[in-house]
Amino acid sequence: MLLTIDHVQKTYPGARPVLQGVSLTLDAGQTLALTGESGSGKSTLLHLAGALDGFDAGEITLAGTPLSRLDDSARAALRRKRVALVFQQFNLIPSLTVAQNLAFHARLAGRLDPDWIGELTERLGLADLTARYPEQLSGGQQQRVAIGRALAARPALLLADEPTGNLDETASNAVMDLMLELVRASGTALFLVTHSDRIAARLDARAHLSHGRIA
Amino acid sequence: MIGAALLALASHWRRHPLQLATLLAGLALATALWSAVQAINAEARASYARATAQIGSGALDVLEAPGGPIPLARYVALRRAGWQLSPVLEGRARLGELRVTVLGLDPVTHPPLPAFAATMERDSATLGRMLAQGGVLFAPPEVAAALADVPGLPEIRVSDSVPPGMVMTDIGVAERLLARPGQIDRLLILSDQPPGLTPLADLAPELQRRASRAGTDTARLTDSFHLNLTAFGLLSFAVGLFIVHGTVGLAFEQRRGMVRTLRALGLPLRLLTTLMLGELLVLALIGGGLGLVLGYLVAAALLPDVAATLRGLYGAPVAGGLSLRPSWVMGGLAMALAGTGVASAQALWRMVHMPLLSAPGLQAWAQRAARGERRMALAGLGLIGAGGAALVLVPGLVGGFALIAGLMLGAALLLPPVLALVLHLGRRLARGPVGDWLWADTRAQLPGIGLALMALLLALAANVGVGTMVSSFRLTFTGWLDQRLVSELYLTARDDEQGAEIARWLVPRSEAVLPIRSAEFTVAGGPVTVYGVVDHPTYSENWPLLEQAPNAWGRVNAGAAVFINEQLARRLGQWSGDSVQLAPGWTLPIAGVYSDYGNPTGQAIVALPALLSHASAVPNRRFGVRVAPDTVPGLIAALQEDFDLPASALIDQAGLKAQSLAVFDKTFVVTGALNLLTLGVAGFAILTSLLTLWSLRLPQLAPVWALGLTRGTLARLDLGRSLLLAAFTALLALPLGLALAWVLLAVINVQAFGWRLPMYLFPADWLRLFGLALLAAGLAAAIPARRLYRLPPSELLKVFANAR
Amino acid sequence: MRARLALLLILLAALPAYGQGYAGLGSTASEGFANPDPNTRLHFPRDHGPHPDFRIEWWYLTANLTGPDGTDYGVQWTLFRSALAPGEAAGWASPQIWMGHAAATTPENHYFAERLARGGIGQAGVRATPFRAWIDDWQMAGADFDSLRLTALGAEFAYDLNLTAEGPLVLHGVNGYSVKSADGQASHYYSQPHYRITGTLTLPSGPVAVTGQGWLDREWSSQPLAADQSGWDWFSLTFDSGARLMGFRLRGARGDFTSGTWIDAEGNATPLASGAFRAAPLDETPVAGRDVPVRWRVTLPDRGVDVEVAALNPQSWMGTSFPYWEGPVRVSCSHPGRGYLEMTGYE
Repeated sequence: MLLTIDHVQKTYPGARPVLQGVSLTLDAGQTLALTGESGSGKSTLLHLAGALDGFDAGEITLAGTPLSRLDDSARAALRRKRVALVFQQFNLIPSLTVAQNLAFHARLAGRLDPDWIGELTERLGLADLTARYPEQLSGGQQQRVAIGRALAARPALLLADEPTGNLDETASNAVMDLMLELVRASGTALFLVTHSDRIAARLDARAHLSHGRIA
Repeated sequence: MIGAALLALASHWRRHPLQLATLLAGLALATALWSAVQAINAEARASYARATAQIGSGALDVLEAPGGPIPLARYVALRRAGWQLSPVLEGRARLGELRVTVLGLDPVTHPPLPAFAATMERDSATLGRMLAQGGVLFAPPEVAAALADVPGLPEIRVSDSVPPGMVMTDIGVAERLLARPGQIDRLLILSDQPPGLTPLADLAPELQRRASRAGTDTARLTDSFHLNLTAFGLLSFAVGLFIVHGTVGLAFEQRRGMVRTLRALGLPLRLLTTLMLGELLVLALIGGGLGLVLGYLVAAALLPDVAATLRGLYGAPVAGGLSLRPSWVMGGLAMALAGTGVASAQALWRMVHMPLLSAPGLQAWAQRAARGERRMALAGLGLIGAGGAALVLVPGLVGGFALIAGLMLGAALLLPPVLALVLHLGRRLARGPVGDWLWADTRAQLPGIGLALMALLLALAANVGVGTMVSSFRLTFTGWLDQRLVSELYLTARDDEQGAEIARWLVPRSEAVLPIRSAEFTVAGGPVTVYGVVDHPTYSENWPLLEQAPNAWGRVNAGAAVFINEQLARRLGQWSGDSVQLAPGWTLPIAGVYSDYGNPTGQAIVALPALLSHASAVPNRRFGVRVAPDTVPGLIAALQEDFDLPASALIDQAGLKAQSLAVFDKTFVVTGALNLLTLGVAGFAILTSLLTLWSLRLPQLAPVWALGLTRGTLARLDLGRSLLLAAFTALLALPLGLALAWVLLAVINVQAFGWRLPMYLFPADWLRLFGLALLAAGLAAAIPARRLYRLPPSELLKVFANAR
Repeated sequence: MRARLALLLILLAALPAYGQGYAGLGSTASEGFANPDPNTRLHFPRDHGPHPDFRIEWWYLTANLTGPDGTDYGVQWTLFRSALAPGEAAGWASPQIWMGHAAATTPENHYFAERLARGGIGQAGVRATPFRAWIDDWQMAGADFDSLRLTALGAEFAYDLNLTAEGPLVLHGVNGYSVKSADGQASHYYSQPHYRITGTLTLPSGPVAVTGQGWLDREWSSQPLAADQSGWDWFSLTFDSGARLMGFRLRGARGDFTSGTWIDAEGNATPLASGAFRAAPLDETPVAGRDVPVRWRVTLPDRGVDVEVAALNPQSWMGTSFPYWEGPVRVSCSHPGRGYLEMTGYE
């Protein structure tokens, strides 16, 4: 198992419990869609799986590493090496160009592969945009850069949180097509949070989160 | 509608109390330092005006005898010839242990004097006591208090109208106190002379007529000082405005959404703009009001030192007490309003021109910044060039200050482009993705923090410049004192008779007794003190000559030539080889020019016999005594014993040097204090820009964090970034500060004092200042860095999900 | 002539440097000063000189002059002495203060000037023999009191006049002891009313050769006015008949006090009993912001005098440190002639 989530609980200070004992597993190369209503805890679960935040009880094991005992810097190291993230917005570093953004995570992970980045750039249709800064891109272009940057680091797991949530339907389909195609081609596991049944149906597996539990 | 809109606008400040506090603090600081300086200036000017009104009869011309007093008989003769004149006798006297200026007037012929009138309104018999029954001394409160228990003095009346350090009295009383019977120093030429009088030049060819000295000299001498203070005040004000600009800009930025909503709900743009202007007006009044209170406190704290400075440097009488004057109160509020307007103009303009429906999208900052920086660089270079041109085209102090203004402002504008260049170069050296990102991110921060860094640059450059000037001055001054104060003991006798007695007594007990005798002359319309010296190696071996002709001392000692001080040489434009007319019929070639940092006025040295043959009634009370240093204490004791001299009449060389240096140091206390305050404000400006940039920073930091950098790393990097910027700014401030020091020493000083000082470099001071700059920047950056370090991950994660 | 005594005190109070508040001095006793004594006999030329032990003293000359075209002119030259303390000392230590007033009056214009000086330094003073009274460049001097040269120079006028006495000195009161109020205040007072004058009066329009007659008053005392007295009207009249009349009216809350001296054509003086001399205003004219009576009916029934006295120039205002009205007058009706009128205390 690449990712094992075992009875994980999470409560934010001063709020109702978000996750109340959630369990999930994800194999290497597998794609999993997590659906649920707004506020059901989908994003939180994704954040926990990506070692972005800590949890209160249970255990998450990522590529054989239990996350509960990791400190801040070990979690950061895990993010650099094992996972990649694509969020709804603000994925990119505004002060870096498209090319620099694309290479950034790979360099952090120590796995810079110019050929692979070149291929990604080509396949994502970003070849003419490499010298631009994020603000000069459309929403769809930004999300394509984010996907390219995520895959350029050759992560074992790609975590995506509504990556097309800010895009119109045409752009959304194009981005989603590209992402699934590249994920499958590179053998990367995908954990996708989405509220769209149509998108969820295109993935290998699907889990539904409701009121902090897997339904 | 208006009420609802106001409520919405105000809600922003309720939600961001820190921002409100910062805005008010920035305004208050700007107003405070500005109005403090103005309050000090106003107080000093009021003191001069009072002095002029009291003693000057400012606009009246005066008659003087070159090199000595006017005999009473001469006054009476001119009166009998119909000339309407009023006699003045003025001198320093020791009353008890206090040295004061005694100003003796004839109240019967003198133009109306507030000091007398105010006192006599309450007591009609004073006239009789003043003129006939032992006399009355009118003294300012502090002098009156010091004289209260001194025996043998006339009755003392307190008068606020008398300048500090002075007593005014009838001329008959003054001649007794000064032991100068039958003498008059100058005759005021009253207005309304009858027609057809024999010209004064025919009646009294030995007397010289010149424009009144009192007041005008003080004003001229102290102009540079006040201009200096004003420049400092303006600098602090500008630095404070950087803070205001930052906060107002942020507040408007953050309220874009609200503004859009209000407008979408039908609030007219004009009304909205008016409301926001009103809001700014209220904030400016509150901040300005706070600033006035603060400014009053700062001014009250600094004024005693300023008064000491003005007394020490120029002999200008300034009282130590501060009063609330409408001029600087209104001026301060006006500056607060105008400053708020200037600092908010950009933000308001942007809001007014914001399209009703547009995404809150980020700007293409890179290109815009680059374009802006090119324009700034050009403007900066232009300003520096204009400053240089002003120095050439506008003579005098104004040109010098124009150069400084151009240099400082131009350099400030050049800072962001230069820093951008530095960061660009730095990025090339970067290894690894984090370094790469750090340089790029720092570069991206520049537009936001640039103004604060400009403030820091100006504060640091002012520190380096003024510090270098003061330290160079001090070093030169110390060396000059060593040359100038050679005698081991300096003494002042009660009168000429005792002076002669002491001189005789000292002859067998010392190596040499050097009389210090001088008389006042008027050269080219200005006062010049001419010293007569005896032929002694003490002078020829030690006197600090800047330049000299061959056999200079030989010719001076022979009475055939004169030395003049640098001030006089610069004023006259005459140097060695030229000639100077000291009095009608007394013209001497200049044998040399000596440096003189002890006073701002003209001075000359001739052989004593030459002085005595051209001046009358030259006092012979002060002496320098050459003895073996170890015998000085014994000699002082013996002199005190035998001649009943007060301790203050006998000063050994070390004591005199210490006194002189103490006066010097006191003089620049204010400069130091203002320097430090400006630096503090600059540090605060950095803090406020970092705090105001905070919410804009999160979207820049969150992705980097998500990709695998810890919050601790990011916080450290942020701190390092601020230190890096501060360090670069400090490095750039150094050449600017040195340029400033050069202008101060070689241009401003020459204009203001008439002397040019050599420039020395003080690397240790620079290091200290560098450390201070890093400390200020570090402290300012530490607060947001700590906040970042403690930030819960969920806050960072919100960036990725929440629509802004 | 108590009137002028008070005038000087107030004048001193109004010295430019001293502002207000001299009223107190007017009513205090003259401590240390000599007081007028009815037993004193005047001796000349000694008493032409100053009496520094008395508080105040003056040399007060007024002259009615005529130009070649018959135009009337008036001239005033006054030297006041005031002592802050009795006695004299050399240099600035002198307690004496001197003040000079000079004026020239034409039917159209009135010019005046003022001078102030300290005693003891020689800027101003009086010597009895040879007689010399001066302040700055103004002076009244001659070999003796009967033949004097009088000069003064102001911003707009100057005069240089020769005075020759054509009659004896006149002692007022009893042997020159002149009583000034019912309470007994008094002064030493004599006059030389018989000067014949020739000389030059210089006006803005140019020099004018003038002739006429002059009247010199000498008075010294140490005592102030009575408390209720507010001002005075003083007349010195020279009738065409050769007789002269000096009379004054002190205006007091308790009633007016009048006194005077009748001087016949030979110069014999007769003191007038209190109340014998009467003066009543006929006409007031606005002068310097106040109403001043510039036309009078003066009567002295004992001598059959009933005359109208009218100012040559109603605007003869002395705008000096202490302002007052002083100017030449024309006399008509029973005893035509000329003279001088002084009025103070009109607010």
